[in-house]
Amino acid sequence: MKAAMAFTYATDLEGVKAQPLDERSRYLRGLIFRAIEQGGRGHIGPALSIVEIIRVLYDDILRARPTEPKWPGRDRFILSKGHGCLALYAVLADKGYFPARELDRFCHFDGILGGHPEVIVPGVEACTGALGHGLPVAVGMALAARIQGRDSRIVVLMGDGEINEGSVWEAAACADKHGLGHLVAIIDYNRMQSAGSTYEIQNMEPLADKWTSFGFEVSECNGHDVGALRAVLGAAVRQPAKRARLVICHTVKGKGIPSAENNPSWHHKSDLTEEVRRAIRGASG
Amino acid sequence: MRKRSLAMVYELAKRDRRVVFIGSDLAPDTLPELKRHCPERYFMEGIAEANVIGMAAGMALEGMLPYVNTIATFITRRCYEQVAVDLCLHDLPVRLIGNGGGYVYAPLGPTHQAIEDIAIMRALPNMTVTAVCDADEVARLMDASLDWPHPIYIRLAKGGDPIISRAERGFAIGKAIDMIDGERERSDVLLIATGVATTQALRAAERLAEEGLRCRLLHLHTIKPLDRRAVLDAASAADLVVTVEEHSVIGGLGSAVIEALVDDGPGRLPRIKRLGIPDKFANHYGSQSALMAHWGLDAAGIVRAVHDARGGSRR
Repeated sequence: MKAAMAFTYATDLEGVKAQPLDERSRYLRGLIFRAIEQGGRGHIGPALSIVEIIRVLYDDILRARPTEPKWPGRDRFILSKGHGCLALYAVLADKGYFPARELDRFCHFDGILGGHPEVIVPGVEACTGALGHGLPVAVGMALAARIQGRDSRIVVLMGDGEINEGSVWEAAACADKHGLGHLVAIIDYNRMQSAGSTYEIQNMEPLADKWTSFGFEVSECNGHDVGALRAVLGAAVRQPAKRARLVICHTVKGKGIPSAENNPSWHHKSDLTEEVRRAIRGASG
Repeated sequence: MRKRSLAMVYELAKRDRRVVFIGSDLAPDTLPELKRHCPERYFMEGIAEANVIGMAAGMALEGMLPYVNTIATFITRRCYEQVAVDLCLHDLPVRLIGNGGGYVYAPLGPTHQAIEDIAIMRALPNMTVTAVCDADEVARLMDASLDWPHPIYIRLAKGGDPIISRAERGFAIGKAIDMIDGERERSDVLLIATGVATTQALRAAERLAEEGLRCRLLHLHTIKPLDRRAVLDAASAADLVVTVEEHSVIGGLGSAVIEALVDDGPGRLPRIKRLGIPDKFANHYGSQSALMAHWGLDAAGIVRAVHDARGGSRR
Protein backbone atom coordinates (compact mmCIF):
# COMPACT_ATOMS: atom_id res chain seq x y z
CA MET A 1 0.00 0.00 0.00
CA LYS A 2 2.75 2.39 0.89
CA ALA A 3 4.51 1.65 -2.36
CA ALA A 4 1.32 2.43 -4.25
CA MET A 5 0.81 5.67 -2.39
CA ALA A 6 4.32 6.73 -3.24
CA PHE A 7 3.48 7.25 -6.91
CA THR A 8 3.84 10.91 -7.50
CA TYR A 9 1.95 13.18 -9.83
CA ALA A 10 2.64 16.60 -11.21
CA THR A 11 -0.65 17.76 -9.72
CA ASP A 12 -0.45 19.23 -6.23
CA LEU A 13 -2.62 16.78 -4.29
CA GLU A 14 -2.74 19.01 -1.22
CA GLY A 15 -4.04 21.70 -3.55
CA VAL A 16 -6.78 19.34 -4.68
CA LYS A 17 -7.91 18.86 -1.09
CA ALA A 18 -7.78 22.57 -0.37
CA GLN A 19 -9.37 23.64 -3.67
CA PRO A 20 -12.06 26.26 -2.91
CA LEU A 21 -15.36 25.92 -4.74
CA ASP A 22 -16.76 28.90 -6.63
CA GLU A 23 -20.37 30.02 -6.65
CA ARG A 24 -21.41 27.89 -9.62
CA SER A 25 -19.91 24.75 -8.12
CA ARG A 26 -21.75 25.44 -4.86
CA TYR A 27 -24.96 26.09 -6.77
CA LEU A 28 -24.70 22.76 -8.63
CA ARG A 29 -24.04 20.97 -5.35
CA GLY A 30 -27.16 22.64 -4.03
CA LEU A 31 -29.13 20.94 -6.85
CA ILE A 32 -27.59 17.61 -5.85
CA PHE A 33 -28.50 18.14 -2.20
CA ARG A 34 -32.04 19.02 -3.23
CA ALA A 35 -32.39 15.70 -5.07
CA ILE A 36 -30.87 13.76 -2.18
CA GLU A 37 -33.23 15.35 0.35
CA GLN A 38 -36.27 14.76 -1.85
CA GLY A 39 -35.22 11.25 -2.81
CA GLY A 40 -34.15 10.34 0.69
CA ARG A 41 -31.03 8.65 -0.60
CA GLY A 42 -28.18 8.79 -3.05
CA HIS A 43 -24.56 8.07 -3.88
CA ILE A 44 -23.32 11.28 -2.34
CA GLY A 45 -19.53 10.92 -2.24
CA PRO A 46 -19.19 9.63 -5.83
CA ALA A 47 -21.32 12.51 -7.19
CA LEU A 48 -19.48 15.25 -5.32
CA SER A 49 -16.09 14.29 -6.74
CA ILE A 50 -17.17 14.78 -10.36
CA VAL A 51 -19.23 17.98 -10.26
CA GLU A 52 -16.48 20.18 -11.69
CA ILE A 53 -15.53 17.65 -14.37
CA ILE A 54 -19.09 17.42 -15.71
CA ARG A 55 -19.72 21.12 -15.28
CA VAL A 56 -16.68 22.08 -17.34
CA LEU A 57 -17.50 19.53 -20.03
CA TYR A 58 -21.01 20.89 -20.53
CA ASP A 59 -20.20 24.57 -19.90
CA ASP A 60 -17.07 24.84 -21.99
CA ILE A 61 -16.13 21.82 -24.06
CA LEU A 62 -18.83 19.53 -25.43
CA ARG A 63 -20.79 20.47 -28.52
CA ALA A 64 -24.38 19.97 -27.43
CA ARG A 65 -27.87 21.37 -27.89
CA PRO A 66 -29.94 20.98 -24.70
CA THR A 67 -33.16 21.66 -26.58
CA GLU A 68 -32.22 19.07 -29.19
CA PRO A 69 -30.59 16.29 -27.15
CA LYS A 70 -30.40 13.89 -30.12
CA TRP A 71 -28.75 16.38 -32.49
CA PRO A 72 -26.53 14.06 -34.59
CA GLY A 73 -23.55 16.42 -34.61
CA ARG A 74 -23.26 16.52 -30.83
CA ASP A 75 -20.36 15.17 -28.83
CA ARG A 76 -21.24 12.15 -26.70
CA PHE A 77 -20.70 11.97 -22.96
CA ILE A 78 -21.12 8.69 -21.10
CA LEU A 79 -21.08 8.64 -17.32
CA SER A 80 -19.69 5.15 -16.96
CA LYS A 81 -19.62 5.42 -13.17
CA GLY A 82 -23.39 5.65 -13.28
CA HIS A 83 -23.72 5.84 -9.50
CA GLY A 84 -22.36 9.38 -9.74
CA CYS A 85 -25.51 10.35 -11.65
CA LEU A 86 -26.61 13.11 -9.27
CA ALA A 87 -23.82 15.30 -10.61
CA LEU A 88 -24.93 14.63 -14.19
CA TYR A 89 -28.59 15.26 -13.33
CA ALA A 90 -27.69 18.57 -11.68
CA VAL A 91 -25.78 19.77 -14.74
CA LEU A 92 -28.36 18.52 -17.26
CA ALA A 93 -31.17 20.17 -15.29
CA ASP A 94 -29.23 23.39 -15.07
CA LYS A 95 -28.57 23.28 -18.81
CA GLY A 96 -32.26 22.84 -19.54
CA TYR A 97 -32.32 19.25 -20.76
CA PHE A 98 -35.24 18.75 -18.39
CA PRO A 99 -36.97 20.94 -15.78
CA ALA A 100 -35.13 21.25 -12.47
CA ARG A 101 -38.29 20.13 -10.66
CA GLU A 102 -37.48 16.60 -11.85
CA LEU A 103 -34.74 16.62 -9.21
CA ASP A 104 -37.48 16.64 -6.57
CA ARG A 105 -38.64 13.24 -7.86
CA PHE A 106 -35.23 11.57 -7.65
CA CYS A 107 -35.80 7.83 -7.16
CA HIS A 108 -39.56 8.39 -6.86
CA PHE A 109 -41.92 5.79 -8.32
CA ASP A 110 -42.96 7.98 -11.26
CA GLY A 111 -39.72 9.95 -11.62
CA ILE A 112 -37.36 9.70 -14.59
CA LEU A 113 -34.24 10.20 -12.48
CA GLY A 114 -33.21 6.91 -10.92
CA GLY A 115 -30.22 5.92 -8.84
CA HIS A 116 -28.39 5.12 -12.07
CA PRO A 117 -28.88 7.04 -15.32
CA GLU A 118 -31.03 5.70 -18.13
CA VAL A 119 -31.61 6.91 -21.66
CA ILE A 120 -35.16 7.98 -20.86
CA VAL A 121 -33.51 11.04 -19.31
CA PRO A 122 -32.95 13.72 -21.97
CA GLY A 123 -29.19 14.12 -22.45
CA VAL A 124 -28.23 10.68 -21.10
CA GLU A 125 -26.47 8.76 -23.88
CA ALA A 126 -26.35 5.28 -22.33
CA CYS A 127 -27.78 3.36 -19.42
CA THR A 128 -24.98 2.82 -16.93
CA GLY A 129 -24.67 1.62 -13.38
CA ALA A 130 -23.15 -1.80 -13.84
CA LEU A 131 -19.49 -0.83 -13.90
CA GLY A 132 -17.06 -1.41 -16.74
CA HIS A 133 -19.64 -0.88 -19.48
CA GLY A 134 -19.06 2.72 -20.52
CA LEU A 135 -15.70 2.43 -22.24
CA PRO A 136 -16.72 -0.47 -24.54
CA VAL A 137 -19.90 1.42 -25.50
CA ALA A 138 -17.84 4.56 -26.09
CA VAL A 139 -15.49 2.59 -28.34
CA GLY A 140 -18.51 1.47 -30.37
CA MET A 141 -19.78 5.05 -30.59
CA ALA A 142 -16.37 6.27 -31.70
CA LEU A 143 -16.20 3.61 -34.43
CA ALA A 144 -19.74 4.48 -35.53
CA ALA A 145 -18.79 8.15 -35.80
CA ARG A 146 -15.86 7.17 -38.01
CA ILE A 147 -18.00 4.90 -40.23
CA GLN A 148 -20.70 7.56 -40.51
CA GLY A 149 -18.20 10.33 -41.22
CA ARG A 150 -19.21 12.42 -38.21
CA ASP A 151 -16.83 14.65 -36.31
CA SER A 152 -18.26 13.79 -32.87
CA ARG A 153 -15.97 13.41 -29.88
CA ILE A 154 -16.76 10.67 -27.41
CA VAL A 155 -16.03 11.32 -23.74
CA VAL A 156 -16.43 8.71 -21.03
CA LEU A 157 -16.00 9.24 -17.30
CA MET A 158 -15.01 6.25 -15.17
CA GLY A 159 -14.43 5.72 -11.49
CA ASP A 160 -11.09 4.65 -10.08
CA GLY A 161 -12.73 1.58 -8.52
CA GLU A 162 -14.54 0.86 -11.76
CA ILE A 163 -11.31 0.28 -13.62
CA ASN A 164 -10.85 -2.92 -11.60
CA GLU A 165 -13.22 -4.43 -14.18
CA GLY A 166 -11.55 -6.45 -16.94
CA SER A 167 -13.94 -5.13 -19.58
CA VAL A 168 -12.33 -1.69 -19.19
CA TRP A 169 -9.00 -3.12 -20.27
CA GLU A 170 -10.51 -5.10 -23.13
CA ALA A 171 -11.94 -1.84 -24.41
CA ALA A 172 -8.70 0.05 -23.79
CA ALA A 173 -6.80 -2.42 -25.99
CA CYS A 174 -9.50 -2.08 -28.63
CA ALA A 175 -9.39 1.75 -28.58
CA ASP A 176 -5.65 1.58 -29.13
CA LYS A 177 -5.97 -0.90 -31.99
CA HIS A 178 -8.38 1.41 -33.82
CA GLY A 179 -6.46 4.62 -33.07
CA LEU A 180 -9.50 6.38 -31.65
CA GLY A 181 -8.15 9.91 -31.43
CA HIS A 182 -11.67 11.25 -30.93
CA LEU A 183 -12.18 9.20 -27.75
CA VAL A 184 -11.36 10.68 -24.35
CA ALA A 185 -11.53 8.62 -21.16
CA ILE A 186 -11.50 10.39 -17.83
CA ILE A 187 -10.78 8.79 -14.48
CA ASP A 188 -12.23 10.29 -11.34
CA TYR A 189 -9.24 9.52 -9.17
CA ASN A 190 -10.51 10.12 -5.66
CA ARG A 191 -8.60 7.10 -4.35
CA MET A 192 -11.60 5.73 -2.56
CA GLN A 193 -13.90 2.92 -3.59
CA SER A 194 -16.95 1.62 -1.76
CA ALA A 195 -15.08 -0.65 0.63
CA GLY A 196 -12.26 1.79 1.34
CA SER A 197 -9.02 3.04 -0.12
CA THR A 198 -8.28 1.98 -3.69
CA TYR A 199 -4.73 1.28 -2.54
CA GLU A 200 -6.03 -1.35 -0.11
CA ILE A 201 -8.93 -2.84 -2.06
CA GLN A 202 -7.34 -3.13 -5.49
CA ASN A 203 -4.39 -0.92 -6.18
CA MET A 204 -4.23 0.18 -9.84
CA GLU A 205 -0.95 2.08 -9.62
CA PRO A 206 1.08 2.80 -11.58
CA LEU A 207 -2.08 4.17 -13.15
CA ALA A 208 -0.64 6.50 -15.77
CA ASP A 209 1.88 3.86 -16.86
CA LYS A 210 -0.86 1.27 -17.26
CA TRP A 211 -2.83 3.51 -19.62
CA THR A 212 0.27 4.65 -21.45
CA SER A 213 1.22 1.02 -22.04
CA PHE A 214 -2.29 0.45 -23.43
CA GLY A 215 -1.59 3.13 -26.02
CA PHE A 216 -3.33 6.11 -24.46
CA GLU A 217 -1.96 9.62 -24.34
CA VAL A 218 -2.22 10.42 -20.64
CA SER A 219 -2.62 13.80 -18.95
CA GLU A 220 -3.73 14.81 -15.48
CA CYS A 221 -5.15 17.71 -13.53
CA ASN A 222 -6.82 18.90 -10.36
CA GLY A 223 -10.39 17.67 -10.90
CA HIS A 224 -11.90 20.46 -8.81
CA ASP A 225 -9.95 23.33 -10.39
CA VAL A 226 -12.25 24.70 -13.08
CA GLY A 227 -9.46 26.53 -14.87
CA ALA A 228 -7.20 23.48 -14.99
CA LEU A 229 -10.07 21.32 -16.19
CA ARG A 230 -10.89 23.75 -18.99
CA ALA A 231 -7.31 23.65 -20.18
CA VAL A 232 -6.60 19.93 -19.84
CA LEU A 233 -9.98 18.50 -20.81
CA GLY A 234 -10.36 21.10 -23.52
CA ALA A 235 -7.06 20.05 -25.08
CA ALA A 236 -7.85 16.34 -24.76
CA VAL A 237 -11.30 16.65 -26.30
CA ARG A 238 -10.77 19.29 -28.97
CA GLN A 239 -7.23 18.88 -30.22
CA PRO A 240 -6.92 16.30 -33.01
CA ALA A 241 -4.91 13.20 -32.17
CA LYS A 242 -4.07 9.79 -33.54
CA ARG A 243 -4.44 8.01 -30.22
CA ALA A 244 -7.13 7.84 -27.58
CA ARG A 245 -6.63 10.12 -24.59
CA LEU A 246 -6.89 9.50 -20.88
CA VAL A 247 -7.19 12.26 -18.32
CA ILE A 248 -6.57 11.44 -14.68
CA CYS A 249 -8.57 13.91 -12.61
CA HIS A 250 -7.35 14.06 -9.04
CA THR A 251 -10.42 14.56 -6.89
CA VAL A 252 -11.80 14.26 -3.38
CA LYS A 253 -14.66 11.91 -2.74
CA GLY A 254 -17.45 13.84 -1.04
CA LYS A 255 -15.93 17.20 -2.00
CA GLY A 256 -17.94 20.07 -0.53
CA ILE A 257 -19.26 18.39 2.63
CA PRO A 258 -16.41 18.46 5.14
CA SER A 259 -17.51 15.38 7.08
CA ALA A 260 -18.06 13.42 3.85
CA GLU A 261 -14.68 14.13 2.30
CA ASN A 262 -12.60 10.97 1.97
CA ASN A 263 -15.11 9.21 4.15
CA PRO A 264 -16.21 5.84 2.70
CA SER A 265 -19.36 5.82 4.84
CA TRP A 266 -20.62 8.63 2.58
CA HIS A 267 -20.34 6.48 -0.57
CA HIS A 268 -24.06 5.82 -0.45
CA LYS A 269 -26.72 6.91 2.01
CA SER A 270 -30.10 5.25 2.03
CA ASP A 271 -31.07 6.62 5.40
CA LEU A 272 -30.75 10.36 5.77
CA THR A 273 -30.24 10.69 9.51
CA GLU A 274 -30.49 14.06 11.15
CA GLU A 275 -26.69 14.14 11.29
CA VAL A 276 -26.43 13.57 7.55
CA ARG A 277 -29.07 16.19 6.83
CA ARG A 278 -27.26 18.66 9.07
CA ALA A 279 -23.99 18.04 7.24
CA ILE A 280 -25.69 18.56 3.88
CA ARG A 281 -27.45 21.70 5.00
CA GLY A 282 -24.24 23.01 6.49
CA ALA A 283 -22.54 22.57 3.12
CA SER A 284 -25.48 24.20 1.32
CA GLY A 285 -25.32 27.22 3.57
CA MET B 1 -25.53 -23.16 -41.25
CA ARG B 2 -22.70 -20.95 -40.00
CA LYS B 3 -21.34 -20.41 -43.52
CA ARG B 4 -24.80 -19.60 -44.82
CA SER B 5 -25.52 -17.17 -41.99
CA LEU B 6 -22.24 -15.34 -42.57
CA ALA B 7 -22.79 -15.29 -46.32
CA MET B 8 -26.10 -13.63 -45.52
CA VAL B 9 -24.35 -11.00 -43.40
CA TYR B 10 -22.42 -10.03 -46.52
CA GLU B 11 -25.62 -9.94 -48.57
CA LEU B 12 -27.30 -7.77 -45.96
CA ALA B 13 -24.27 -5.49 -45.74
CA LYS B 14 -24.45 -4.90 -49.49
CA ARG B 15 -28.13 -4.12 -49.20
CA ASP B 16 -28.01 -1.92 -46.09
CA ARG B 17 -25.22 0.44 -45.03
CA ARG B 18 -26.18 0.10 -41.36
CA VAL B 19 -24.95 -3.51 -41.27
CA VAL B 20 -21.60 -4.18 -39.57
CA PHE B 21 -19.97 -7.49 -38.67
CA ILE B 22 -18.10 -8.06 -35.41
CA GLY B 23 -16.34 -11.36 -34.72
CA SER B 24 -14.19 -12.26 -31.75
CA ASP B 25 -11.38 -14.56 -32.85
CA LEU B 26 -12.94 -16.66 -35.60
CA ALA B 27 -11.45 -18.71 -38.41
CA PRO B 28 -9.00 -16.80 -40.64
CA ASP B 29 -11.28 -17.11 -43.68
CA THR B 30 -14.36 -15.62 -42.01
CA LEU B 31 -16.35 -13.39 -44.34
CA PRO B 32 -13.54 -12.53 -46.77
CA GLU B 33 -15.88 -10.72 -49.20
CA LEU B 34 -17.07 -8.28 -46.56
CA LYS B 35 -13.51 -7.73 -45.38
CA ARG B 36 -12.43 -6.99 -48.94
CA HIS B 37 -15.35 -4.89 -50.12
CA CYS B 38 -16.47 -3.12 -46.92
CA PRO B 39 -13.43 -3.16 -44.60
CA GLU B 40 -14.82 -0.26 -42.59
CA ARG B 41 -17.73 -2.46 -41.54
CA TYR B 42 -15.73 -5.60 -40.76
CA PHE B 43 -14.35 -6.08 -37.25
CA MET B 44 -12.44 -8.98 -35.70
CA GLU B 45 -11.85 -7.87 -32.15
CA GLY B 46 -10.19 -10.70 -30.30
CA ILE B 47 -11.11 -12.77 -27.28
CA ALA B 48 -12.89 -10.01 -25.41
CA GLU B 49 -16.61 -10.68 -25.47
CA ALA B 50 -17.57 -8.05 -22.90
CA ASN B 51 -15.95 -5.38 -25.05
CA VAL B 52 -17.41 -6.80 -28.25
CA ILE B 53 -20.97 -6.59 -26.90
CA GLY B 54 -20.48 -3.11 -25.47
CA MET B 55 -18.94 -1.98 -28.75
CA ALA B 56 -21.89 -3.41 -30.69
CA ALA B 57 -24.23 -1.54 -28.36
CA GLY B 58 -22.35 1.71 -28.92
CA MET B 59 -22.66 1.26 -32.68
CA ALA B 60 -26.35 0.36 -32.46
CA LEU B 61 -27.01 3.43 -30.30
CA GLU B 62 -25.72 5.38 -33.30
CA GLY B 63 -28.05 3.64 -35.74
CA MET B 64 -25.82 0.81 -36.96
CA LEU B 65 -27.00 -2.80 -37.23
CA PRO B 66 -24.28 -5.04 -35.78
CA TYR B 67 -24.14 -8.80 -36.42
CA VAL B 68 -21.90 -10.30 -33.75
CA ASN B 69 -20.53 -13.81 -34.11
CA THR B 70 -18.68 -16.16 -31.82
CA ILE B 71 -19.15 -19.50 -30.08
CA ALA B 72 -22.57 -19.77 -28.45
CA THR B 73 -21.34 -20.27 -24.87
CA PHE B 74 -19.10 -17.22 -25.06
CA ILE B 75 -21.69 -14.92 -26.61
CA THR B 76 -24.21 -15.84 -23.89
CA ARG B 77 -22.55 -16.88 -20.63
CA ARG B 78 -19.34 -14.92 -20.86
CA CYS B 79 -20.88 -11.51 -21.40
CA TYR B 80 -24.34 -12.00 -19.95
CA GLU B 81 -24.37 -8.67 -18.12
CA GLN B 82 -23.33 -6.81 -21.27
CA VAL B 83 -26.10 -8.54 -23.20
CA ALA B 84 -28.60 -7.67 -20.47
CA VAL B 85 -27.60 -4.05 -19.87
CA ASP B 86 -25.98 -2.86 -23.08
CA LEU B 87 -28.29 -4.63 -25.53
CA CYS B 88 -31.56 -5.53 -23.83
CA LEU B 89 -32.01 -2.56 -21.52
CA HIS B 90 -31.50 -0.24 -24.50
CA ASP B 91 -33.54 -2.63 -26.71
CA LEU B 92 -30.97 -2.36 -29.50
CA PRO B 93 -31.09 -4.21 -32.84
CA VAL B 94 -27.91 -6.21 -32.33
CA ARG B 95 -27.81 -9.79 -33.65
CA LEU B 96 -25.90 -12.40 -31.66
CA ILE B 97 -24.95 -15.34 -33.87
CA GLY B 98 -23.95 -18.21 -31.60
CA ASN B 99 -21.94 -20.99 -33.23
CA GLY B 100 -22.55 -24.47 -31.90
CA GLY B 101 -25.80 -24.43 -29.96
CA GLY B 102 -26.46 -27.49 -27.81
CA TYR B 103 -24.04 -30.39 -28.24
CA VAL B 104 -22.37 -29.33 -31.51
CA TYR B 105 -19.02 -29.13 -29.74
CA ALA B 106 -19.52 -32.49 -28.02
CA PRO B 107 -15.86 -33.52 -28.35
CA LEU B 108 -14.71 -30.27 -26.73
CA GLY B 109 -16.62 -30.86 -23.52
CA PRO B 110 -18.98 -28.81 -21.34
CA THR B 111 -17.03 -25.54 -21.59
CA HIS B 112 -18.13 -25.35 -25.21
CA GLN B 113 -21.62 -26.83 -24.97
CA ALA B 114 -24.44 -24.28 -24.96
CA ILE B 115 -27.13 -26.22 -23.15
CA GLU B 116 -28.73 -23.33 -21.27
CA ASP B 117 -28.37 -20.54 -23.84
CA ILE B 118 -32.07 -20.47 -24.73
CA ALA B 119 -33.07 -20.28 -21.07
CA ILE B 120 -30.77 -17.43 -20.13
CA MET B 121 -31.40 -15.43 -23.30
CA ARG B 122 -35.15 -15.97 -22.97
CA ALA B 123 -35.10 -14.54 -19.45
CA LEU B 124 -33.94 -11.14 -20.70
CA PRO B 125 -36.62 -8.54 -21.52
CA ASN B 126 -36.63 -7.40 -25.18
CA MET B 127 -34.52 -10.33 -26.38
CA THR B 128 -35.73 -12.44 -29.29
CA VAL B 129 -34.52 -16.06 -29.20
CA THR B 130 -34.25 -18.22 -32.30
CA ALA B 131 -33.01 -21.71 -33.19
CA VAL B 132 -33.54 -22.56 -36.85
CA CYS B 133 -33.50 -26.12 -38.18
CA ASP B 134 -31.27 -25.88 -41.27
CA ALA B 135 -29.19 -23.67 -43.54
CA ASP B 136 -32.09 -22.66 -45.77
CA GLU B 137 -34.03 -21.49 -42.77
CA VAL B 138 -31.09 -19.53 -41.37
CA ALA B 139 -31.03 -17.59 -44.65
CA ARG B 140 -34.73 -16.75 -44.19
CA LEU B 141 -34.11 -15.69 -40.60
CA MET B 142 -31.18 -13.49 -41.55
CA ASP B 143 -33.29 -11.87 -44.24
CA ALA B 144 -36.07 -11.17 -41.73
CA SER B 145 -33.59 -9.89 -39.14
CA LEU B 146 -32.84 -6.74 -41.12
CA ASP B 147 -36.07 -5.07 -40.05
CA TRP B 148 -36.55 -6.60 -36.60
CA PRO B 149 -36.18 -3.75 -34.09
CA HIS B 150 -34.99 -5.79 -31.08
CA PRO B 151 -31.88 -7.80 -30.12
CA ILE B 152 -31.88 -11.33 -31.51
CA TYR B 153 -30.06 -14.42 -30.33
CA ILE B 154 -29.46 -16.72 -33.29
CA ARG B 155 -28.56 -20.24 -32.18
CA LEU B 156 -26.69 -22.08 -34.90
CA ALA B 157 -26.24 -25.82 -35.28
CA LYS B 158 -23.35 -27.79 -36.67
CA GLY B 159 -23.52 -27.18 -40.38
CA GLY B 160 -24.31 -29.71 -43.06
CA ASP B 161 -27.55 -30.48 -41.27
CA PRO B 162 -30.24 -32.07 -43.48
CA ILE B 163 -32.49 -29.53 -45.18
CA ILE B 164 -36.04 -30.07 -43.99
CA SER B 165 -37.45 -26.54 -44.18
CA ARG B 166 -39.39 -25.44 -47.24
CA ALA B 167 -39.79 -21.96 -48.63
CA GLU B 168 -43.48 -22.51 -49.36
CA ARG B 169 -44.21 -22.90 -45.66
CA GLY B 170 -43.16 -19.27 -45.21
CA PHE B 171 -41.06 -17.66 -42.51
CA ALA B 172 -41.70 -14.86 -40.06
CA ILE B 173 -39.94 -14.24 -36.75
CA GLY B 174 -42.26 -15.37 -33.97
CA LYS B 175 -44.42 -17.55 -36.23
CA ALA B 176 -44.55 -21.33 -35.77
CA ILE B 177 -44.33 -23.60 -38.81
CA ASP B 178 -46.39 -26.76 -39.32
CA MET B 179 -43.94 -29.30 -40.67
CA ILE B 180 -46.41 -31.99 -41.72
CA ASP B 181 -49.09 -31.48 -44.36
CA GLY B 182 -52.54 -32.81 -43.77
CA GLU B 183 -55.68 -32.16 -41.81
CA ARG B 184 -55.37 -30.39 -38.50
CA GLU B 185 -58.58 -31.30 -36.73
CA ARG B 186 -57.33 -33.78 -34.19
CA SER B 187 -53.94 -35.36 -33.50
CA ASP B 188 -52.87 -38.22 -31.30
CA VAL B 189 -49.47 -36.67 -30.81
CA LEU B 190 -48.39 -33.08 -31.14
CA LEU B 191 -44.63 -32.75 -31.35
CA ILE B 192 -43.21 -29.29 -30.71
CA ALA B 193 -39.52 -28.84 -31.47
CA THR B 194 -36.87 -26.24 -32.12
CA GLY B 195 -33.46 -26.13 -33.81
CA VAL B 196 -32.15 -29.33 -35.32
CA ALA B 197 -34.24 -31.31 -32.83
CA THR B 198 -37.04 -30.57 -35.30
CA THR B 199 -35.28 -32.86 -37.80
CA GLN B 200 -35.32 -35.71 -35.29
CA ALA B 201 -38.93 -34.96 -34.41
CA LEU B 202 -39.88 -35.05 -38.09
CA ARG B 203 -38.30 -38.50 -38.50
CA ALA B 204 -40.04 -39.68 -35.34
CA ALA B 205 -43.35 -38.36 -36.66
CA GLU B 206 -42.89 -40.28 -39.89
CA ARG B 207 -42.34 -43.51 -37.95
CA LEU B 208 -45.30 -42.85 -35.68
CA ALA B 209 -47.46 -42.16 -38.73
CA GLU B 210 -46.47 -45.53 -40.11
CA GLU B 211 -47.83 -47.00 -36.89
CA GLY B 212 -51.10 -45.29 -37.62
CA LEU B 213 -50.82 -42.36 -35.23
CA ARG B 214 -52.03 -38.97 -36.33
CA CYS B 215 -49.01 -36.72 -35.72
CA ARG B 216 -48.56 -33.03 -35.97
CA LEU B 217 -45.19 -31.26 -35.70
CA LEU B 218 -44.87 -27.61 -34.85
CA HIS B 219 -41.43 -26.15 -35.49
CA LEU B 220 -40.73 -23.16 -33.28
CA HIS B 221 -37.70 -21.51 -34.84
CA THR B 222 -38.55 -18.59 -32.56
CA ILE B 223 -38.76 -19.52 -28.89
CA LYS B 224 -39.28 -15.92 -27.88
CA PRO B 225 -41.63 -14.33 -28.71
CA LEU B 226 -43.43 -17.66 -28.61
CA ASP B 227 -46.23 -18.21 -31.12
CA ARG B 228 -48.71 -18.78 -28.28
CA ARG B 229 -51.72 -18.89 -30.56
CA ALA B 230 -50.27 -21.71 -32.65
CA VAL B 231 -49.18 -23.66 -29.55
CA LEU B 232 -52.55 -23.27 -27.80
CA ASP B 233 -54.58 -24.17 -30.89
CA ALA B 234 -52.49 -27.22 -31.72
CA ALA B 235 -52.32 -28.40 -28.08
CA SER B 236 -56.07 -28.09 -27.64
CA ALA B 237 -56.55 -30.55 -30.51
CA ALA B 238 -53.97 -33.09 -29.29
CA ASP B 239 -54.13 -36.04 -26.89
CA LEU B 240 -50.43 -35.85 -26.12
CA VAL B 241 -47.94 -33.00 -26.41
CA VAL B 242 -44.21 -33.79 -26.60
CA THR B 243 -41.64 -31.01 -26.68
CA VAL B 244 -38.17 -31.77 -28.05
CA GLU B 245 -35.09 -29.61 -27.67
CA GLU B 246 -31.33 -29.98 -27.62
CA HIS B 247 -31.22 -27.90 -24.45
CA SER B 248 -31.60 -28.22 -20.72
CA VAL B 249 -35.11 -29.10 -19.60
CA ILE B 250 -34.88 -26.01 -17.40
CA GLY B 251 -36.09 -22.85 -19.05
CA GLY B 252 -36.07 -23.76 -22.73
CA LEU B 253 -38.73 -24.64 -25.27
CA GLY B 254 -40.56 -27.12 -23.05
CA SER B 255 -40.76 -24.58 -20.26
CA ALA B 256 -41.97 -21.89 -22.66
CA VAL B 257 -44.70 -24.18 -24.04
CA ILE B 258 -45.92 -25.14 -20.58
CA GLU B 259 -45.91 -21.50 -19.49
CA ALA B 260 -48.09 -20.65 -22.49
CA LEU B 261 -50.49 -23.50 -21.80
CA VAL B 262 -50.76 -22.69 -18.10
CA ASP B 263 -50.98 -18.91 -18.53
CA ASP B 264 -53.24 -18.70 -21.56
CA GLY B 265 -54.64 -22.20 -22.08
CA PRO B 266 -58.22 -23.32 -21.63
CA GLY B 267 -57.58 -24.62 -18.10
CA ARG B 268 -57.33 -28.36 -18.66
CA LEU B 269 -53.86 -29.30 -19.79
CA PRO B 270 -53.24 -32.08 -22.28
CA ARG B 271 -50.75 -34.79 -21.33
CA ILE B 272 -47.30 -33.23 -21.78
CA LYS B 273 -43.87 -34.82 -22.00
CA ARG B 274 -40.75 -32.69 -22.19
CA LEU B 275 -37.68 -34.13 -23.89
CA GLY B 276 -34.42 -32.31 -23.37
CA ILE B 277 -31.07 -32.48 -21.64
CA PRO B 278 -31.31 -33.34 -17.93
CA ASP B 279 -29.93 -30.84 -15.41
CA LYS B 280 -26.40 -32.12 -15.91
CA PHE B 281 -23.17 -31.21 -17.67
CA ALA B 282 -22.21 -33.84 -20.21
CA ASN B 283 -19.87 -36.56 -18.96
CA HIS B 284 -19.23 -38.04 -22.40
CA TYR B 285 -17.48 -36.73 -25.50
CA GLY B 286 -18.07 -38.37 -28.88
CA SER B 287 -20.40 -36.54 -31.24
CA GLN B 288 -23.47 -34.29 -31.13
CA SER B 289 -25.66 -37.09 -32.45
CA ALA B 290 -24.29 -39.57 -29.91
CA LEU B 291 -25.02 -37.22 -27.00
CA MET B 292 -28.48 -36.46 -28.35
CA ALA B 293 -29.19 -40.20 -28.64
CA HIS B 294 -27.80 -40.68 -25.12
CA TRP B 295 -30.56 -38.45 -23.74
CA GLY B 296 -33.24 -39.79 -26.08
CA LEU B 297 -33.29 -36.73 -28.33
CA ASP B 298 -32.95 -38.70 -31.57
CA ALA B 299 -35.86 -40.03 -33.61
CA ALA B 300 -35.77 -43.41 -31.88
CA GLY B 301 -35.78 -41.78 -28.45
CA ILE B 302 -38.69 -39.54 -29.36
CA VAL B 303 -40.70 -42.54 -30.65
CA ARG B 304 -39.88 -44.38 -27.43
CA ALA B 305 -41.02 -41.45 -25.31
CA VAL B 306 -44.30 -41.22 -27.20
CA HIS B 307 -44.93 -44.92 -26.68
CA ASP B 308 -44.14 -44.59 -22.98
CA ALA B 309 -46.38 -41.59 -22.57
CA ARG B 310 -49.23 -43.38 -24.33
CA GLY B 311 -49.03 -46.17 -21.81
CA GLY B 312 -46.79 -48.56 -23.70
CA SER B 313 -49.68 -49.67 -25.87
CA ARG B 314 -47.60 -49.73 -29.01
CA ARG B 315 -44.39 -51.24 -27.77
